[in-house]
Amino acid sequence: MDPAAGVDGVLDVLVEDGVIAGVGEDLEVPGAEVVDCAEKVLLPGLADIHVHLREPGQEYKETIASGTRAAAHGGFTAVACMPNTSPVCDRGSTVRFVIERAEETGVVRVYPIGAVTAGQAGEQLAEIGDMVAEGAVAFSDDGHGIQSAGMTRVAMDYLKRFDVPLIAHCEDESLAAGGVVNEGAVSTRMGLPGIPAEAEETMVARDIALAELTGCRLHLAHLSTADSLELVRRAKARGVAVTCEVTPHHLFLDEDSLVTYDTNLKMNPPLRTPADREAMVEGLLDGTVDCVATDHAPHAVHEKELEFELAPNGTTGLETALSLVNTHLVATGKLDWVGVCCVMCHNPRAVANLPEMRLEAGFPADITVVDPEARVDVTPGWFVSRSRNSAFSGASLLGRASDVLVGGSWVVRKGKVVV
Amino acid sequence: MLSNRHIMTMDDLIADEVTLILDTAESLAEVNQRRIKKVPTLRGRTIVNLFFEPSTRTRTSFEIAAKRLSADGINFTASASATAKGETLRDTARTLAAMSCDLVVVRHKYAGAPQMLAEVMDCSVINGGDGIHQHPTQALLDLYTMRQSLGRLEGLRVGIVGDVCHSRVAGSLVPALRMMGATPVIIGPPTLMPARPDVLGAEVCYDLDEALPTLDVAYLLRVQFERAARMPFPSNREYAMLYGMNADRLAAMPSHAIVMHPGPMNRGVEISADVADSPRSVILGQVESGVAVRMAAMYLLLGGAESGAAA
Repeated sequence: MDPAAGVDGVLDVLVEDGVIAGVGEDLEVPGAEVVDCAEKVLLPGLADIHVHLREPGQEYKETIASGTRAAAHGGFTAVACMPNTSPVCDRGSTVRFVIERAEETGVVRVYPIGAVTAGQAGEQLAEIGDMVAEGAVAFSDDGHGIQSAGMTRVAMDYLKRFDVPLIAHCEDESLAAGGVVNEGAVSTRMGLPGIPAEAEETMVARDIALAELTGCRLHLAHLSTADSLELVRRAKARGVAVTCEVTPHHLFLDEDSLVTYDTNLKMNPPLRTPADREAMVEGLLDGTVDCVATDHAPHAVHEKELEFELAPNGTTGLETALSLVNTHLVATGKLDWVGVCCVMCHNPRAVANLPEMRLEAGFPADITVVDPEARVDVTPGWFVSRSRNSAFSGASLLGRASDVLVGGSWVVRKGKVVV
Repeated sequence: MLSNRHIMTMDDLIADEVTLILDTAESLAEVNQRRIKKVPTLRGRTIVNLFFEPSTRTRTSFEIAAKRLSADGINFTASASATAKGETLRDTARTLAAMSCDLVVVRHKYAGAPQMLAEVMDCSVINGGDGIHQHPTQALLDLYTMRQSLGRLEGLRVGIVGDVCHSRVAGSLVPALRMMGATPVIIGPPTLMPARPDVLGAEVCYDLDEALPTLDVAYLLRVQFERAARMPFPSNREYAMLYGMNADRLAAMPSHAIVMHPGPMNRGVEISADVADSPRSVILGQVESGVAVRMAAMYLLLGGAESGAAA
């Protein structure tokens, strides 16, 4: 199944020397290893353009080795990793380090995202040209919004020179004001400081206006509110070069899940209202949302076992995303595999300048085989990631990646990471 | 006895249990008037006051309550404890649990700390104030004081004035009043209102003077400058002008109406000295009620040593 290659049916895929050699009916190749994928769905390798691999600097949370294995376990053959490491990935040498480390220790393709501003401090451009030369595919100060509109404008103007997108974390910190959950019913009931939806929406509106002004490609990370999506919908209708992503947790969870002070449900942006969640799903189905991206944010147990207001933001996501999309959208008939292919493979690759993958002769053999009927119990033992802080802990899901090929090599067989 | 083993939020109690606590407090109050202020009710039980925030009045009130019931009360304050060395709350809780205590009273800077303790420890937990969330025993002693002063709770109209959004006192008092059939009205500038007052079940009013003639109780809150991200009003002077309780405003209230404050007071900001010290102020009565109400809560949570011990 691949809309980009125009294939949809019960077909054979021939892989030779790491490359797809042919796709067709009843391919007969003497001596070839035959893998029976009956009842399975073959997709071009999925890509997640919003992950935190934590290396360099926070290897106790995740490493490129463990994070790429988690990616493979979840069916992804490519990830783009955020620059908020220690040190921040804000120069060519750090981009090179990540790429080399991924070649040595990683099992899926890794594409570094560079910082927009030096140290992600929001004050001065990072060496974007140097990072592009070393292989950075996109730029983001993810973790923080760039608070100054003037700084954002300069960044957009400069990025345009390299035809790379700005991936914006939209959060006006003067409005977020130290909040830890969505401002509203839950913040009031639980006595937790709130983050209003407008902390995100005002910056979404600002960045769309600046994208229009500068002509820079703008990709909005982890949108969480109905009105943010409405702003994107209108901007797209006007022809602004804007794309956006939504995370599985904003698609499938909302603030009503917060009944205890479970820190695995603490993330930024926070879980919003049920109406926002429904708007996210609607936006994904009507094409306003371009990508599902996980914002995979691993944290050590001891960091999450703190008071809610002190615990770090984030949930892991790589290993549950495909199962969640299948359980809630495909198995329920809301989204077909063509749609999954768009929002989890082709669109993210196009947005973040990743090489295109197709189930077509001549393309690298990056293939995700999905078993849509497999049961997944999200228990601590399920995870390959170094961290366990999943907002979906305890969930029982349907479907998973049973086998994954990267460049013609098996990285997952029968649901197990084999490298 | 109570159906829940903790008092962490007002949700842990139902109206009948609140009444039981207030009635029990009434019978225990007598102990506080004796020359020998002690009954053997909780002899041999261990009660830990786990205070992660500076507190004098609440900690002392719990401590006295425990002593008057003959419980062994231990004070564990953050400055004197391992938390200064970087120990997590969870580890502190596990450490205390290993020493087998019967009841922990916790005061903490962050919401949800009592719930975290209850998860880890096998004992009862009383929330002595968590972040900007709840402070249920304060609400109980406030109900006790209102019932004593006005003879009833049902039908009372209680104005809670000031920094409602940063107030754990309001966080418990609003649902407590609702539960007992009274009407909470939260009054203050919009900059100090919670995001969703309807969730708490309170009426909202921005104009104190408009509300005063309808109130049976004016409950003044301290402005918690330390918790606000930025100054929520232009000056103390203007705040006092719009929301400060003074003699003129007291005169605008019905003659039976009383003035309350959870303390500590900022005299001259939310309350003038003459009102604080007036006969219609029951602020010291609240402090006095605190001991009896906390004795009742401890007694009822721990099941008492033997029946009838409250008498």
